[in-house]
Amino acid sequence: MSKVSRLAEIGVYRFLVLTCLLLSSLGGEVRAQVSGNQPSSAVVASASSAAENPSARLAKLEAQVADAKSSADNAWMLTSSALVLLMTGPGLALFYCGLVRRKNVLATMMQSFAMMAIITVLWGLFSYSLAFGSGNSFIGGLHHLFLRGVGVQPDPDYSSTIPLQTFMVYQLMFAIITPALITGAFAERMKFSAMALFLILWSIFVYDPMAHMVWGKGGLLNASLGGRFPTLDFAGGTVVHVTSGVSALVCATYLGKRLGYPKEAMPPHSVVLSFIGACLLWVGWFGFNAGSALAAGSLATSAFVATHFGAAAAVIGWAGAEWIRNGKPSALGAISGAVAGLVAITPAAGFVSPMSALVIGLLAGIVCYLMVAKVKAIFGYDDSLDAFGVHGAGGTLGALLTGIFAVKAINPIFKDSQGNALPSGLLEGNPHQLVNQLVGIAIAWVLAIVGTFIILKIVDALIGLRVSPEHEIQGLDLSQHGEEGYYWEASAL
Amino acid sequence: MPMTKVEAVIQPSKLDAVKDALIEIGIDGMTVIEVRGHGRQKGHTEFYRGREYTVDLLPKVKLELVLSDELVDKAVQAIINAARTGKIGDGKIFLSRVDEAIRIRNEERGVAAL
Repeated sequence: MSKVSRLAEIGVYRFLVLTCLLLSSLGGEVRAQVSGNQPSSAVVASASSAAENPSARLAKLEAQVADAKSSADNAWMLTSSALVLLMTGPGLALFYCGLVRRKNVLATMMQSFAMMAIITVLWGLFSYSLAFGSGNSFIGGLHHLFLRGVGVQPDPDYSSTIPLQTFMVYQLMFAIITPALITGAFAERMKFSAMALFLILWSIFVYDPMAHMVWGKGGLLNASLGGRFPTLDFAGGTVVHVTSGVSALVCATYLGKRLGYPKEAMPPHSVVLSFIGACLLWVGWFGFNAGSALAAGSLATSAFVATHFGAAAAVIGWAGAEWIRNGKPSALGAISGAVAGLVAITPAAGFVSPMSALVIGLLAGIVCYLMVAKVKAIFGYDDSLDAFGVHGAGGTLGALLTGIFAVKAINPIFKDSQGNALPSGLLEGNPHQLVNQLVGIAIAWVLAIVGTFIILKIVDALIGLRVSPEHEIQGLDLSQHGEEGYYWEASAL
Repeated sequence: MPMTKVEAVIQPSKLDAVKDALIEIGIDGMTVIEVRGHGRQKGHTEFYRGREYTVDLLPKVKLELVLSDELVDKAVQAIINAARTGKIGDGKIFLSRVDEAIRIRNEERGVAAL
């Protein structure tokens, strides 16, 4: 049995025992064992005299119930945080590195791994504050500089049952993976130094504002906290996938194509590694989506189930489309389909039914397949690892479909003044939500395009973005990192 | 001392059969290399993310033997019999002169070194 459910079970069990004892011997002594480890799951010490009044004991009981709920929520949220980090390392690192040529395998992994280190530091210093601190509709302030005020006390605006520090570290994992996704667009040709500088600036000037607008207090698009244009984005369809995907397109266009593209054959050097990475992404995504419920309750279940169903249907969509068009379903197509489905279900996860999730996934698999197999060739851009085709397109599609399929039965996000739930999406009778979705999507697109373009220009002017042709041919592992990924033939075995 | 180098490019799936056939006629010294190549054999296409790649450098195995001249005909025939399928892609055998052979262990030279 997992630690999460065990802790919750202990809390619930002790609550029930205590209630029974209390009711059966009201006014008498209650003797129980003190557990001795975590205060949050400790049972009350015995009352030494019969004089302690019932309302004091009830208050203690209520505190323990709250503690038990906090334990369960915090356990799930810390687990989810770990799962989301797993998505970057090694999930995304493997998925991407398998797709590049052997001479660039380490460099590709390094790009994701570097984000794990660099973004963490930025987040702790000031980025968390910019994204989730209170400020205005577009950006937070510096109230939480150096994580001041981010301790074990919950912040009810975000979650009243988990420490704010848990919320911070959970959100950090999102801040890490988002820039890492963009690296797929400029794989095999960007300088490591330029990539690091670019993504630092991008994280501050594109990610932080977008995260603030959709999820931060006072955010323009925040559906939970009364934003002006409430955009339904449960786990980051716009914040993570649209911004990174569209930025990827800008990067791919600005940097230009790899030497030899598209004439030279550049097949993935290891679809096996990509396969492992994709499976880790799928499992990790449960933390990404179900963890966005910020609690261990039934909404987490809904999001978990929708996530899984979306992925599954998208595999069928992509592989099926490939089977029809090429005569064979490829492994790379199947795993790409899964990722596309997970991307599309991300904004919808906590708002839609399992059946709707199947539809969203199926559409995402087919649409993203066509984006990658047809549209990319038509426009001729070298989005090396299809960051735009999967994340940009998938995220946009998912955000739109969320406006259609969201239902209040899953998540009563909109309420009237009496607290009654209002229809969420178009199918339920709220076509206006599609307009809000479009606003959120449009803001993500514009912020990504403008922000990315400006930052690219700055970094290009400062240190140059692209490696020299010699270094590109030699490979980034050697030219940027002085290493080889696989030293099999050269060594003496 | 007349010595000949026999280079045979064969299908990888035929390596075991060829090795066994050579050992059977008393030839057990050889070098085996994994190579890629093609003659008239066409490759195949692979699909990655909707892009079609023509793979025309096919995996093959190359055997190198240096033999004293009197063994060459027997060796060549053994290789042909074991490696042939009758289809395009079976491979080729090349023969060339070898100027000298030296055993590293004891510096023996010529046919004695083979």
